[in-house]
Amino acid sequence: MATQTLLPETSATDVARGLSARPGTRETLNQVLAMAWRALKKMRRNPEQFFDVTLQPLLFTAMFAYIFGGAISGDVKHYLPIVITGILAQSALTACMATGTQMREDMEKGVFDRFKSLPIARIAPLAGPALADLLRYGIAATLTILVGVAMGYRPDPVGAVGGWLLTIVAGWSLAWIFTWLGTVARSAQAVQGIGMMIMFPLTFLSPAFVPQSTMPGWLQHFVAVNPVTLVIKALRDLMNDGHFTANVAWALLGCLVVVAIFAPLAVRSYSRKM
Amino acid sequence: MNSSAPTTATDLAVSARGLVKSFGDFRAVDGIDLEIHRGEVYGVLGPNGAGKTTTLSMLATLLPIDGGSAAIFSVDVAKSPHQVRQLVGVTGQYASVDENLTATENLYLFGRLLGLTGRAAKRTAADLLERFGLSEAASRQIKDFSGGMRRRLDLAASLIARPPLIFLDEPTTGLDPRTRGQMWDTIRELVAQGSTILLTTQYLDEADQLADRIAVIDRGRKVAEGTSDQLKASVGTSTLHVRLADKSHTAMAAQLVTGVLGEEPVLTPEAGGLNIALPDANRAADVLIALRQASLDIATAAVRQPTLDEVFLALTGHHSEDSQDETEEVA
Repeated sequence: MATQTLLPETSATDVARGLSARPGTRETLNQVLAMAWRALKKMRRNPEQFFDVTLQPLLFTAMFAYIFGGAISGDVKHYLPIVITGILAQSALTACMATGTQMREDMEKGVFDRFKSLPIARIAPLAGPALADLLRYGIAATLTILVGVAMGYRPDPVGAVGGWLLTIVAGWSLAWIFTWLGTVARSAQAVQGIGMMIMFPLTFLSPAFVPQSTMPGWLQHFVAVNPVTLVIKALRDLMNDGHFTANVAWALLGCLVVVAIFAPLAVRSYSRKM
Repeated sequence: MNSSAPTTATDLAVSARGLVKSFGDFRAVDGIDLEIHRGEVYGVLGPNGAGKTTTLSMLATLLPIDGGSAAIFSVDVAKSPHQVRQLVGVTGQYASVDENLTATENLYLFGRLLGLTGRAAKRTAADLLERFGLSEAASRQIKDFSGGMRRRLDLAASLIARPPLIFLDEPTTGLDPRTRGQMWDTIRELVAQGSTILLTTQYLDEADQLADRIAVIDRGRKVAEGTSDQLKASVGTSTLHVRLADKSHTAMAAQLVTGVLGEEPVLTPEAGGLNIALPDANRAADVLIALRQASLDIATAAVRQPTLDEVFLALTGHHSEDSQDETEEVA
């Protein structure tokens, strides 16, 4: 931003001269990075923020594999390719739900008043934490895959890296839905409540844990259009078969569409409300 | 700024016309005009809920303006919010700094957001902490800060970009007298450096200490404006509080006082009390002598500087704390 000189002789219009009309791209990027830095500092001081991305992959992967493995695939080993990819998608969704909840909580704090009063891009306070949360998605994805490998899952090595990346991209993209929810909901609890209502049907009404063909016909129609199904199919193509298929392209496109819709919505509702 | 040149719109740091903000049916700000000159300290005085913070929030682009218009250094607030944000430093009623960060980290973050390089942001942070006497607490998290330290850090954060205009929203509400004095000193230093300051407060003495001109706000309207002397003159220089031994004599005593001073006192009949605005503190004796001669016994009597409440009574005819009352009928 421009530095003002405070010479008494200058008129008020001179003071206002040379102000930038809107933040430039590079400034915006720097502001997003500064906000991400803040979010990382916060994470380091509140390590409980990592509970959901560490415990859930560890517990759910082991639990689901041993409970459903025999019933669904005959044995645990054959179930792993199904359940690992399913839990990857589920972890991404839970982790990004927390992004929205924490955003809402954060917005109620006094410091957000200052962010609003500063000449910074309106997207920075939203995009910064989202950027820092890549770390959380990364942890969730890494742990899930590692637990799977420890239990005997043998994914295609290159595909596993691709799946890992896709999980993070999907988490970051879907987080914009919850960030938007965070800007419109009345409280953090509301975001959490609405988030749960979205998350449970989306993860369980998908081929995450059971083959789609075992569900009733009417349900299969929903499962077919469920965006989580898209991500899971892409993950399976990548990790289990090692192929970059049309499913992967569709999943990435889906992520792009989500960001294109919800990021502007979130920024608009944030700047209007505040 | 005290030149003989006529005041034109371009000399104004803040100019607002007919500002309105409604929340549902409630008009929090109901047509406020403000003209603040460059280099001036302007105080907005009013009780809780008068619309002070709402007015400030609109001028600082934190709330959309529902009616009227406002300009900061001739830049329209509604049309060019990003430019206005570059001209104004805001210090909030509740310290707006990050609880989870240390003092240094807070100032570093705001410096980075304002476009300083990493090194410049660190240097500015260290300088400001030094200047505000917070160097020793630099690496402590804000949640361990006292109220006064928070406010000081908050004010420091508003100065990173050296804005030509600073908004201080109730900078000392909730502080103990000593910390409040320190805050006043800090604000005076800013004034000495030529900053234009818009200050809101609930305390008459604070406005008195700091502000060149004061606007009194009540229920979203400006009810008076002037220097602190002018405002005080409107309520008398001081007030005599008398409580009668026999409450039933209140009306009689009021009549007597009106006879002596030519102005009606404000009554609190339930307690047998009279609040008598004095044009001159010496007139207190006249009133007391008149009461004595009429054999109206008093329980207590005290002469005080006018309080915000009395300014309010004089200007609006109701107490500052009451939202609905019938004092008008009594007064």
